[in-house]
Amino acid sequence: MSNKIINTGNRATREGFGEALAELGRTNKNVVALCADLLGSLNMQTFIAENPDRFVQVGIAEANMMGIAAGLAIGGKIPFTGTFANFSTGRVYDQIRQSIAYSDKNVKICASHAGLTLGEDGATHQILEDIGMMKMLPGMTVINPCDFNQTKAATLAIADFHGPVYLRFGRPSWPNFTSVDSFEIGKALLLQEGTDVSIFATGHLVWTALEAAQEVAALGIRCEVINIHTIKPLDNQAILDSVSKTKCVVSCEEHQRNGGLGDSIAQLLSQKMPVPQEYIAVIDSFGESGKPNDLLEKYGLGKKDIIAAIQNVIKRK
Amino acid sequence: MASIAYLQQVASQVRRDIIRQVAAVASGHPGGSLGCTDFLVALYFEIMQNNPSFYMEGKGEDLFFLSNGHISPAWYSVLARRGYFEVSELATFRKLNSRLQGHPATHEGLPGIRVASGSLGQGISVAIGAALAKKMDNDAHFIYCLTGDGELQEGQIWEAVMFAAHNKVDNLIVTVDWNGQQIDGSNDKVLSLGDLPLKWKSFGWEVLILENGNDIQSIIDALHQAKLLSGKGKPVVILMKTEMGFGVDFMMGTHKWHGSAPNAEQTANALSQLEETLGDYPL
Repeated sequence: MSNKIINTGNRATREGFGEALAELGRTNKNVVALCADLLGSLNMQTFIAENPDRFVQVGIAEANMMGIAAGLAIGGKIPFTGTFANFSTGRVYDQIRQSIAYSDKNVKICASHAGLTLGEDGATHQILEDIGMMKMLPGMTVINPCDFNQTKAATLAIADFHGPVYLRFGRPSWPNFTSVDSFEIGKALLLQEGTDVSIFATGHLVWTALEAAQEVAALGIRCEVINIHTIKPLDNQAILDSVSKTKCVVSCEEHQRNGGLGDSIAQLLSQKMPVPQEYIAVIDSFGESGKPNDLLEKYGLGKKDIIAAIQNVIKRK
Repeated sequence: MASIAYLQQVASQVRRDIIRQVAAVASGHPGGSLGCTDFLVALYFEIMQNNPSFYMEGKGEDLFFLSNGHISPAWYSVLARRGYFEVSELATFRKLNSRLQGHPATHEGLPGIRVASGSLGQGISVAIGAALAKKMDNDAHFIYCLTGDGELQEGQIWEAVMFAAHNKVDNLIVTVDWNGQQIDGSNDKVLSLGDLPLKWKSFGWEVLILENGNDIQSIIDALHQAKLLSGKGKPVVILMKTEMGFGVDFMMGTHKWHGSAPNAEQTANALSQLEETLGDYPL
């Protein structure tokens, strides 16, 4: 790994959410937390203990939760809904579409256990379509932080941002390496400079991309690694600036290829700066039960897949 | 306090507005709109402490949420006649570049609308959220919500009904437009609602049955009674029996006018049955 980027110790992104929510409970009296019977999984206990009057347990009724959140927002509150990513999106798409997005409600949809790294629970819970669904909604901001620190920073930031937000994070303990002050909504984070290929990565795969970049450095390949934590609005300028230098792209995400970050990048580049692109993403498939890293490897999201994509895309230049 | 005679005059004009809005664009939902007219007039002109100088948060006033958004022509007319926006704007209903969308929306900034509705089953949830916000702010005002009866077939309704009872959301007064009709026929034919009063009661609500939801005095009495029952740990529902199409003889007693507009001849016939009391808006 490069000198600047060090794993300070594995922690789950959802723990970063929980810590930030607790902090918001102390600093922002308008923040209200809602949960659909998963408060432990979402690490909401501290917020609830300190702010029992600003916590709403809705039970296993996510559609109702989204509506209640919209109503709280009408009353000037800043509702943070918490459940698994699957139940935060697909299950309640119409509620989000009509009562939140179309109605421009200041609701923060906070979604844990996204993607394959949910692990053993299997495909029913491993949503890989949520980024696509959420980024299609007009006015929705979509953020997928990569580690504990970034999830904490993003959670704090969205409280001060007016408008509906989808915040996607995950279950497993994972390397924690970004600095706490490096997050800004909509602004890509340059992690490693390089000239041969631009790697745009989001979520858990940012760390994997950094490992792959480190490994190919030994082969003389200089990767530029950029963390796209905000998928919508996309930081077009950062992407174009990098690609104008490297002339090729590898996109990395724990999501379907259809509708994910890679598609957003391809949409931009096809209009402004067409270049070869390789996708690291799940290709039109559901997941399955297993260990997080085993699943990433099986579905083509492992370090060796990223290395192969880097080598392929450079050949296509 | 407004006289019943005056409220009946308003209702007559609102019914004219409904027919004229729908007829002008040959589209919209006159049946349920006519059936709920008396309720909306009673609510906005007599019951609610509301502020036509609209602002979204609505602190310090009563709020209303329309869950069955397809009866938008009735709501738009009542809002306009109550002073939320110019009555002349009713002429833009369902037209391009209008704030009066086919189903109510906030997107264009129409005063009086706080959330979009049309996709059914969502309004009670939103109303609960607004009610919780009022409780958090120690604001003693009421949240009102109107739903259709066919709409009760949506699962989200019962999530919300269960929640409101469990959490003692007792500043919430829901009214169900119990006209027994929906697009494909009667409720009993499409999907029976069963023993509706018992359902709500068993979920833990105070249940009031309003036998004549097209009689303004009865509506006012029921809403006053609902307010008296509020604040005691239970949400309140008024099961309001109405006649779809009320006020226009050929639109009554059938589901045919749920989502159909009258032609020119039918429009003239309908308007001949409804007195122009407050002045028609120019087309």
